Order: sequence, then structure tokens, then C-alpha cells
Amino acid sequence: MSRRWINFVSGTFTVLTGLACAVLVAAVAIIFGHVLIRGWGSLSWEFLTAAPKNGMTAGGIFPAIFGTVFLVILMTVAVVPLGVGTAVYLQEYAKAGSRWVEAVRMAIQNLAGVPAIVFGLFGLGFFIEFVGKGVDSAFFGHHLVFGQPCILWAALTLALLTLPTVVVSTEESLRVVPKAHREVAYSLGATRWQMVRRVVLPQAIEGILTGTILAVSRGVGEVAPILFTGAAFYLPFLPTRLNQQFMVMNYHVYVMATQSPDIDATLPLLYSTVLVLLLLTFSLNATAIVFRSRIRRRIRGR
Amino acid sequence: MKSSKPVSERVIEGFIHASAAVAIVALVMIFVFIGKEALPVLTSPAVRKEASVAKLFLPQSPGAGQPAKFSWQPVSKVPKYSLWPLFVGTIKATLVAMIFAIPLALGAALFTSEFSPDWLKEIVKPVIELLAAIPSVVLGFLALIVTASAVQRYFGLDFRLNTINTGIALALAVVPIVYTVSEDALSAVPTAFRQGSIALGATPWQTAWRVVVPAAFPGLFAACVLGFGRAIGETMIVLMASGNAAVLSWNPGDPFRSLSATVAAELGEVVKGSPHYHVLFFIGVLLFIFTFLINFAGQQFVGRLKEKLTGAR
Amino acid sequence: MFKRLHLSFLIFVSTFLRAGETITVKGSDTMVILNQRWAETYMAGHPGIVIQVTGGGSGTGISALIAGSTDVCAASRPMKPEEVEQIRRKQGAPPVETPVAKDGVAIYLNASNPVNALSMGQLRSLFTGAAVRWSVVGGEDRRVVLYSRENNSGTYVFFKEHVLKNDDFSDYALTLPGTAGVVNAVSRDPAGIGYGGSSSKTAGIKVCAVRPDDAHPAVLPAEENILSGAYPVSRDLYYYTAPAPKGAVKDFLAWVLSGDGQAVVVRAGYFPVKKKTP
Repeated sequence: MSRRWINFVSGTFTVLTGLACAVLVAAVAIIFGHVLIRGWGSLSWEFLTAAPKNGMTAGGIFPAIFGTVFLVILMTVAVVPLGVGTAVYLQEYAKAGSRWVEAVRMAIQNLAGVPAIVFGLFGLGFFIEFVGKGVDSAFFGHHLVFGQPCILWAALTLALLTLPTVVVSTEESLRVVPKAHREVAYSLGATRWQMVRRVVLPQAIEGILTGTILAVSRGVGEVAPILFTGAAFYLPFLPTRLNQQFMVMNYHVYVMATQSPDIDATLPLLYSTVLVLLLLTFSLNATAIVFRSRIRRRIRGR
Repeated sequence: MKSSKPVSERVIEGFIHASAAVAIVALVMIFVFIGKEALPVLTSPAVRKEASVAKLFLPQSPGAGQPAKFSWQPVSKVPKYSLWPLFVGTIKATLVAMIFAIPLALGAALFTSEFSPDWLKEIVKPVIELLAAIPSVVLGFLALIVTASAVQRYFGLDFRLNTINTGIALALAVVPIVYTVSEDALSAVPTAFRQGSIALGATPWQTAWRVVVPAAFPGLFAACVLGFGRAIGETMIVLMASGNAAVLSWNPGDPFRSLSATVAAELGEVVKGSPHYHVLFFIGVLLFIFTFLINFAGQQFVGRLKEKLTGAR
Repeated sequence: MFKRLHLSFLIFVSTFLRAGETITVKGSDTMVILNQRWAETYMAGHPGIVIQVTGGGSGTGISALIAGSTDVCAASRPMKPEEVEQIRRKQGAPPVETPVAKDGVAIYLNASNPVNALSMGQLRSLFTGAAVRWSVVGGEDRRVVLYSRENNSGTYVFFKEHVLKNDDFSDYALTLPGTAGVVNAVSRDPAGIGYGGSSSKTAGIKVCAVRPDDAHPAVLPAEENILSGAYPVSRDLYYYTAPAPKGAVKDFLAWVLSGDGQAVVVRAGYFPVKKKTP
């Protein structure tokens, strides 16, 4: 094969892969740009602070923003301790190569692959029907208090869904901590937990934050797990108790896009809601990406 | 250092050990609790009269004297629960999505890790990873409102809600995973490999294709498996853009109905304890087992491949 | 750490406290806008009462009524005998059915479609997939694109029983989650045909006149045709309560059937029901 031919083929494939890159970059830019252009006009202070009016052809999305924030806070409170605990166990407490550790790792990986709708089914079948109804008959004398879709169960369902994200991210940054630091702590007489708490965890903060941020971004975006565990389209009140239903931005987008009585009138508000959603998830993910590359650079730097 | 009270420390360490068990326990419990609601399809005679496993998989005659066919129409004088239209729909959409996603994601990963200068990579890689920040409900919304009419016109299709349009949106959801994992796998290949190849006079493309890609193959394969699993389970995009018509057809211009979208659309409105309810949970079990097997097989394959390629575990 | 425990304990305890008189209305998507209008109007005149409206489909409302998680179930189809039986078993008495409005199920066509009227028989052959191209019913030679509803919508069940005479929908019937979805889809598809509650108005669509059979003229779902029965595709909309309504729920129901309540029905685009003593 002649050198010219080799160079031609190589050049072509290099260009093709570059084109693939360009297409993807363009896709991100076009999507964000399109939503920005169509949604910017209706974005206003009133939009962010008012409730929906007139079948969602006027007003704002404040209840949905409130619901999203409340839901995600609950989810974070549940998933971060669990995820960090699991990662700390895998890195600091487990005997390397033991079958149990392999099983836990495999479980985390498989949990990450379970479809979101299956989590929704689990939320319904376990949290609502089993735990919720059990709590009701044990403490509330068969009144329906927790055995129904509500923000508590939706948050726990989302926490399970995002658990692998937090574990993987935390583990990554725990691994970066030099072995020497741990050995020094031991040599000074620290117990294992003291060593973890005062030496390892503070250095792993970036990984924990990255995992938390990515989990939050996922929690903001996923609809399938909360479809049967508490999301509602229109409620005349804000959820203030754990056993109440809630509105969220992502479910709101779904309902407005498929069931709005006058899609042409709702479209501007729909775009604005999508814009708020995208701004939120983009900024969360961008922050996480920055953190993650800093962790990776530390790995490579040694 | 003052030694802390052993009780509080033991409590915390107990919590750490317990939280590690949560993942395994959760997986088992997901299977148990979804399986519990799906079991009547196999065991309860009342449910089996309407929706037995045979009825789910074998062709059923819709009425007296009419030819047997595969039909999903659970709300009917004669309820029909054939899963084949849903299976075919799911696989068809996933294949269309992978046809778009794999070349794009792998190509982009190759470019950023092998051909692009570092400054370009610092810009392009985060932007592509931002695709993961787009919630699937937004992708579904854009597919329904923005691209559906254009795709219909471009391909000359009868239906505005069809598989191709949905497949493109699905591809955008799958690309981030495939890209990130492939890029990691490619970057993990030692620089020495590349340097050796260049020293022997190969072009960057030849180096990539003949040296780096084979070395990274287990990771690339794992990336595709993860993407496949994601596409199979994706719900919102399909719910909004597929038309949700239970058509048994391989034509990508036709609408389709996927397993997960069926569950999402029908579970909210089904009477608890009815055969329909149990069949929907049965579909959930199938989805769980299917994605579990895909992931498990993928992990095993990758593990064995790694052994073969590197000669050690 | 103790502050956080204290807070979560308070949140837990506060779930015991009641908020005030709340009436839950759950069910039909067809009726959800009407329910909301009733709720808004009633709440404005009766401070201290909160009416919570959610949709989800007639099936969802009925399941909720059976489970006891709603006061009122809004349904665009009558309850099935099995569902009535489940309530009877759980509560000891059958549910109370109150027709609260009349609705004509409209057949929607794209405004550019040359077809303007169809017979019940033609509708049946189109929606079962027996007729696949518009030319069969006098339109252009192009594929018919059917827009239907999800299978537990009351509108779906009603259409299947009354128009399809219990035949199955065509496999190619695209299913959308609400009347609004159907209307929006048809407005964007020149080959589309769909059905739904007759109160939706959007540009780009027109309502098809329907002939009960070839002997009678084709009529639109206007008030006189629905109340007289000339329009063949009309139905009652129901409120179901179980146990029998008392207190705030009873007052609300009585108001819904009163002149004020029925005026809201007309404003929402539906048709008043003849008054029935609850």
C-alpha cells in the first residue's frame, strides 16, 4: 500500500471522527440555544414566583420549583450518607478481593443499570404498598397516611436510583488519597474511623461533592420513578408535610407537552420551564465536570 | 490524639458496614417486591384465565373464528396481553438508537482521545458530557415538538410519531454514557503503546485503529453494553414521541410501543389487583431481569476479555 | 446533629395534624378542567373548604375510590359491575352515582381534510383498521392516521363500546394521554383523525359531523343535538362517592347540580345535565 493511500485513508477517518465530535457539540449547542431563544421571552420574576393559572397558559411555575427543591433535598439527605458510607466501606474497611466486596461492587454496577421505571414500580410496590401501608396499620389505625404516593417515598425511590452515582464518585476520590497519609495516622495511634474521618474524608470532599451534584442533577431530571410515587400536575397547596403529593418541573413539562388544552398558548411557558430545568441541570453538571477533572488530574499527576 | 468513645465510633462503623449492604439488599428487594406483584400471572388461576404466560407469548384469537394474532389490548371485551408487539417495539427503537449513537459516540471518543490537540479536547469533552445533563423528558419534548414534523417530511413517512424520530432522541440520551466510558477506556491505554506505533511509522489513525482500539476493546464493548441497557429502559422519550401504538412491525417509519412506556402509561390508571396490574408488574420483572442479564453478561465478557488481552486479572 | 433530629421529629409529628376541611376529587382527565373550575368557583364562595383536584383518568379515580384515598371520583364512563362489587365489599354499600354533566365525544379532523361528515359505520371501520386509506370514506388517497387515548381512559372505553361496538382498536392507533394531546396531534397532521371531549378548541382542527346511520342527517356535537340525542356519540359525566356523601362533600355535590354549578358546566364547554335528586 502506498504511503499516499495510507495518508488519505487515515486523514479521512480522522476527519470523520472529528465530524462525529462536531455533530455532538452542535447538538448540545443547538438544543440549548433553541430552548434559550424560545424560552427567554416568558422568563420573568413573575414566572418564577407565581402559581400556574388558566390551565397553564398563564402564571408561573413556583410550586413546581418548590416541589423540585424539596424533593431533591430529601433525596440528598438520604443518598449522601448511604453512598459515602458504602464507598468508605469499600475503600477503607473491606478486605480487598473478598467475595463480599465483589458482590457489593457488582450490586452497585447492576443498580446503575436498572431502568428508571423499574425503580418507580419498586417505589409503588415496596415503599407505598408495603412500608407505607404497614406504618399506617401499625400507627394510624388504617387511616391512609403514608400508604399513598407522597414526597417521602418519591425521594427515597430517587435516592436508590442515584446511589451508584454517589458511591462511584466518592470511591474515585478516596482512591486518590495517598496510602502514606493513612499509615501516618495509624502510626500516631488513630483508630480506623478517626483516620477516615480526620485524614481521608476531608481530602475526598471533591469526590463526594461531585457525586452529590450529579445525583441532584439526576433527581431533578428523572420523571419515571416519581410518576406513581407522588408527582401531581396541579395542587392548590405547597407540600409541607412528608405524606403529601408535590409538583415538579420535569413532570410539569411532560404534562404540559402532552395534555395541555391549548398547546400553542402554553408553548412559550413550556419553553421557559424547560429553560429553567436546563439551566439548573447544565450548571450542576458543569460544576461536577470541573470537580471531576480536578480529581482526575490529581490521579494522573502522581 | 484522644481516643474517642468506643460506642459512638462503633455506631458509625456499624452504619458504614450496614450501608454497604444496602445496594445488595436493594437489588434483591427490587426483584422480590416487583416479583411479588407479578407472581399471580404464574400462580393465580383467576389471573391466569385472563393473562397466563401462554397468553403473553402465544398468538391469541381475538374472537370466535378469527385468526390468531399477537395483540396488546388489555382493556377489551376479550382482554389481550401479547407481549410480542411490545418486545419488537422496544428492540426496534433500541436498534435505531444504537445505529445513530454508536458511530457518533465512539467516533467522538476516538477523536478526543487520539487525534485532537489537548486544548481542543479540554473544550470538546466537557461539552459532549453536558449531553448527559439534558433530562430525558426534555429530549422527548424536543422530539415531539421540534423534530417530529421535520423527520416525517425528510423521510416521507406516514406517521409523525415514529421510530426514527424517537430513535434519534434516544441516541442523544445514550451517547453520553457510551462516550464517557469509551473515552475513559481509550485514555487508559498506556502512552507507550502509541509512542511505539508512531516510532514504527504509523499514522495517528493507524495507531488508533490497530493498537489503541484493540487494547481498549473491553472498555469499548462495556460502553456499548451500558448504552444498550440504557436505551432499552428509557421511558420518557418513548412515552412522548413514539405514538405508543402496539404495532408488531420492524418498519422504522411505524409508531411503536415499548415495554417501559407501557408500564408508565398504564400503571397509574389500572385497578390494583386486576390481571392487568399483575401483567404490568410482570413486564417490570422482565425489564429488570433483561437489563440485569445484559449488565452481568457484559461484565463477565469484559472480565474475560481483559484476562485474554492482558494475560492477567 | 441534635437540631437535625429535632427537626425531623417535628416534621414527623406534624403529619398527624389536620389542615382544615379538604375534599379530594380524582379521576377523569376529560373532566379535570371542569373539576378545577368547579373547585375554584366553590372555594371562592366557601372559604375554609379546600378542594384538591387531580386527573389520571377515570380508571385512576375509580381505583382511588375503591382504596378510599379520594372523596369524589370523577368518571367519564359508568363504573363496571366488578368495580361496584369491590366498593360494596370494602364499604358495605354500593357507590352513589351522580351524573353531573353531559359531554359529546367529538370526532376531530384536521382543518385541511376534505371530509366533513362520517357515519357511525365509517367511524367504526376507520378506527378498527378495516379502512386504512382516506379514499375509502371520500377523502384523499393517503394513509389514515388514528389518534386514540390510553386504554384506561373513560373516553377510550366509551368509544370502544359505543362506536366500535366492542371491536378492538387497530394496532396502528396512536395513543395519547389526554383529549388535548389528541387535538394537538390532529391539528398538526393533515391525515389525522381523533376523538375526545367536545370542549377542546384549537386552531387547525375541525369537528366532524356524525350520522347515526344513513337514514339520519349528520350533526355536530352542539348543545341541542346532544340534549336531544340526535348526536349519536354523547355520554354522561359522573361523580361517584362512597360512602354516601355527607357534610362538606354533600354540600359540594348539591351545589354542582344547582343552577350555579351547571352554569360553570356551560362555561367550561360541556352541557348541563337534567337535574336529578341525589
